[in-house]
Formats: sequence, structure tokens, C-alpha cells
Amino acid sequence: MIMESILQYDFVIKGLLGCLFASITAGIAGTYIVSRRLVFLSGGITHASFGGIGIGYYAGFSPVAGAAVFGILSALGIEYLSIKQKLREDSAIGILWALGMATGIIFIFLTPGYTPNLMSFLFGSILTVTTADLISLGLLSVVLIIYFSVFYRTILYISFDENYARTYTSYVNVFKYITTALLALTIVLNIRMAGVVLVLSLLTIPPNIAMLFTRNYASVMRWSVLFGFIGAVTGYGMAWFAGIPAGAAIIFSMVVIWIISRIFTSVIKKINKKYSES
Amino acid sequence: MSVLLEIKNVYAGYGERTVLEDISLTISEGDFMGVIGPNGGGKTTLLKLILGIVRPTSGTVRYNESLIDRRNIGYLPQVSHVDSAFPLVVKDIVLSGLMMHKKLYGRMDRADKERAQNIIRELGLQGYEKATLSELSGGQVQRVFLGRALAGNPRLLLLDEPDNFVDTSFENEFYLRLRELNKKMAILMASHDVGTVSSYVKSFACVNRKLHYHPSPEITNEQLSAYDCPIQLVTHGRVPHTVLEKHE
Repeated sequence: MIMESILQYDFVIKGLLGCLFASITAGIAGTYIVSRRLVFLSGGITHASFGGIGIGYYAGFSPVAGAAVFGILSALGIEYLSIKQKLREDSAIGILWALGMATGIIFIFLTPGYTPNLMSFLFGSILTVTTADLISLGLLSVVLIIYFSVFYRTILYISFDENYARTYTSYVNVFKYITTALLALTIVLNIRMAGVVLVLSLLTIPPNIAMLFTRNYASVMRWSVLFGFIGAVTGYGMAWFAGIPAGAAIIFSMVVIWIISRIFTSVIKKINKKYSES
Repeated sequence: MSVLLEIKNVYAGYGERTVLEDISLTISEGDFMGVIGPNGGGKTTLLKLILGIVRPTSGTVRYNESLIDRRNIGYLPQVSHVDSAFPLVVKDIVLSGLMMHKKLYGRMDRADKERAQNIIRELGLQGYEKATLSELSGGQVQRVFLGRALAGNPRLLLLDEPDNFVDTSFENEFYLRLRELNKKMAILMASHDVGTVSSYVKSFACVNRKLHYHPSPEITNEQLSAYDCPIQLVTHGRVPHTVLEKHE
């Protein structure tokens, strides 16, 4: 009995920590993605990293490490091509997207035996999250918080208007590369939570909820983390009690929060309008 | 008036492509110069050369360092590429004009915020501090970016086709504001619209790979073609000085 409740306790703590770190990393990186309109790029990074997962399985090393290498390299590659203006960015992303999925599927197919975790990489599984996953997500949270608070104005102004930023700093490209690499890492580590198919919504829904309430970048980041956490914990609870896949439950509850927020803000707007008219 | 900066025999471009060829230009205090020329002729490159974003492949750009350095040049770029839905409020956009005086990890202190607030008030944008660009009209957006350019207390103001994104009802007001600013700083303005501009500027630089300096605001189609500067003089009723001719 005691053993069981300790195990359950450990399970709950892990799940909550997973939700917390996922919402911190996804909230910070997601705000950057949504405001710079990099949602398609992020989709490309996500699916490119699936190639790394496949090769990881086949070659017998950590699929997450494989995904991280693939994700970061493809992100930096796309950023490089767009800075040099060598290729239409959306075409490059489209090619990379398909290439990653194809590579992943080929290598998983070639891997002898049953690959039990494949589903968890496609659809995520916060319930089977390991201590190693939590440590890497926790570290990434700390790095992101420090990076974004120390260089807040620089990162913000470069993503708003990089041409203008070039008039006062020669480090525009350096910051773009670093931020993109951190973005890729955020996506890859959150694949464990929500899976390749759903991770994009983990990053994009919370900022979209936040932007219903505020238009100030720093507040959008903070509110995204908060809404992300509420959505993640709700989904996690649903998954636990109803026995449904956690990744899907989390995304589902985030969408519900988004719908409620939309209704709420439009009602408030109407009331304000009526009030100011009378 | 003392010289602010001197460009001498400069060649500049991007990679293999030379955009500016053997250009020389002197900018002095009190100047209000229109930079005209065809698209792709090098107007923007000239401004970027002065800002130090584009480096000359040969020749020199020399600042009179007792009066000016890169940090007190204000810049209003072509802002059509900026996303107006970006979650950044007017006050923060104006504050970004102070970044040249800051470290990359710099914070904005109370004095900075007061300075931004003053500029916002001077430009008639009070009440919009917490608005994003998508909530503003074309003329207001332009004033926000002018505010950003003015935040760092520039001695030289560079404007890249500021008439591009503003409707005609704001044009006059905008140029009158520039004339006012010109009492405190030199202005270099790239423009398509030679006709309107000529009633405000004091001189012209015609840029089409080469640069020809024209020391008065009156310019004719003959002069433009002699400068190898194929642009059209457009008729504007309220412009007193321009000699207008039909473009072939």
C-alpha cells in the first residue's frame, strides 16, 4: 500500500513538473514563433526531427538525441538559407518536412523487432516521461528564462524589425541563430510531451490565448506560460482519470480554454461598448 | 556650416553586384537633401552606407567625429515589411531608437522612458502608448517610426521613402514637421516624388549607380536626364518651384 502511494506520488510530481517545464519552454518559444510568424518553420523543424528519431532507433542511440541533432541542424539550415536569400524559405521548409518524415519512417521500418515507443513519439506521452526528460526540459527552461530576460530588448527588437536592428548591432545573425537553435531544442524536447503530430499546437495555442488579453510582448510570454500550464495540467488530469492519451487531452483542453477566452473577451468588448454608448 | 560627414570615391554593393560606383558626397549641418533616382539605383544603399550597415569596397566614409558618429544618426527605413500585428506597443517601438546607446543586455531606465514619452507627446501620439501598429492609421504608424528615429537625439536624420506608406492628407503635415526638425538636424531623404519634395528640400542628390549632386531644389527633366537619373517629374498643384514637363 505505502509503496503504491509513493509510486503514485512520484508519478504525479513527475507529471506536474513535466507540465510546468513544457509550459515554460513552449510559452517563451511559442511567443517568439507566433509573433514572428514562424509556425510553418516550426512545423518543418518538428517533422525534420522525426528523421533523427528513426535513425536513433535504427543505430541504437537515444532517439531524442537524434531528434535534437536533426531539429537544430535543419533549423539553422533554414535560417542560413533565408539570411543568404538563396532559396524560397517556404519551399525549403516543405522539402525538409517531407524528407524528415520519410527518413524517420524508412529507418524505423528497417529496425528489426518491435519499436514500442514509436506511438509515444508520434502522439506524445507525458505519462511515460523519464527523469532524464525532465532534467533536460528543466535545464532548457532555465536557459530560456535567462536568455530571454538578459537579452530581452535585443531579441524583441530583432524579431520585430531586423533591418533597423542592423543599424545598431552587428550581432543580428548571431541572435537569430541562437534563438532558432533554442527554438528547435524546445520543439524536440516537447515532442516527448505532445508528440510530433501535436507539439506545434503546444507552442502556438497559449500565445494565441494570451494575445486575446494583451499585446505587450513580455506579458504575452508570461500569460502563455500560465495558460499553457493550466491547459497542460487539465489535460494531464483528464488523461489520468479517463485513461485517454495525454498529448491529445492537453491540446484539447488548450483549445477549450482558447474558445472560452474568445467568448469572454468578445462579451467584455460588447459590454464596454454598451457602457460607453449609454 | 560645418561638415558632418564626407563620402569620397566610394564603391559599394552586395557580394559581386556593385550598386554604387565612385560616388562622393559631403553632408553638412543644416542640410536638407532629397535623394532621388530609379528603383534599384542605390538610394537605400547610400543610406545604409552612411549608417555603416553596408561597407564600401573601396573609397572612404569619414564622420566628423567631434560632431557625429554612427550612434547619432536617426534612421527611418522603408517599413512596409514590418508586421503590424506584432505584439509590440508604440512606447516600446520608440524606445528601440535608444538601443544604439545601450549594451545588448541593456535595460531602459526611467529617463529613457520619459524621453520616449516626450517624443510620443511631441508627435501627437499620446493615448496610443499601449497600442500596436495594427490599431493605428498610416500617418500614425509613420510618426511612430519617426519617433524611433528621433529617440537617440540624432544630428543627422536619414529617411527612406517616407512618402511611400502615407496617404496624401498626411504628406503636407509630415514635410512641415521635417522642415521644423531641420532646424536642429541635417536631413537626407530618399524619395520617388521629386515634385512634392522639391518644395521642402534645399538640394538634391541624384543616385543611379553614380551620384550627381544638385545644389538647389529646382530641378528639370533635362537636368535629370543629364544626370542619367530616369525618374518622372509628377505634377502637384501646390508646388511652386518645380518646372514640370511631360515625360516621354
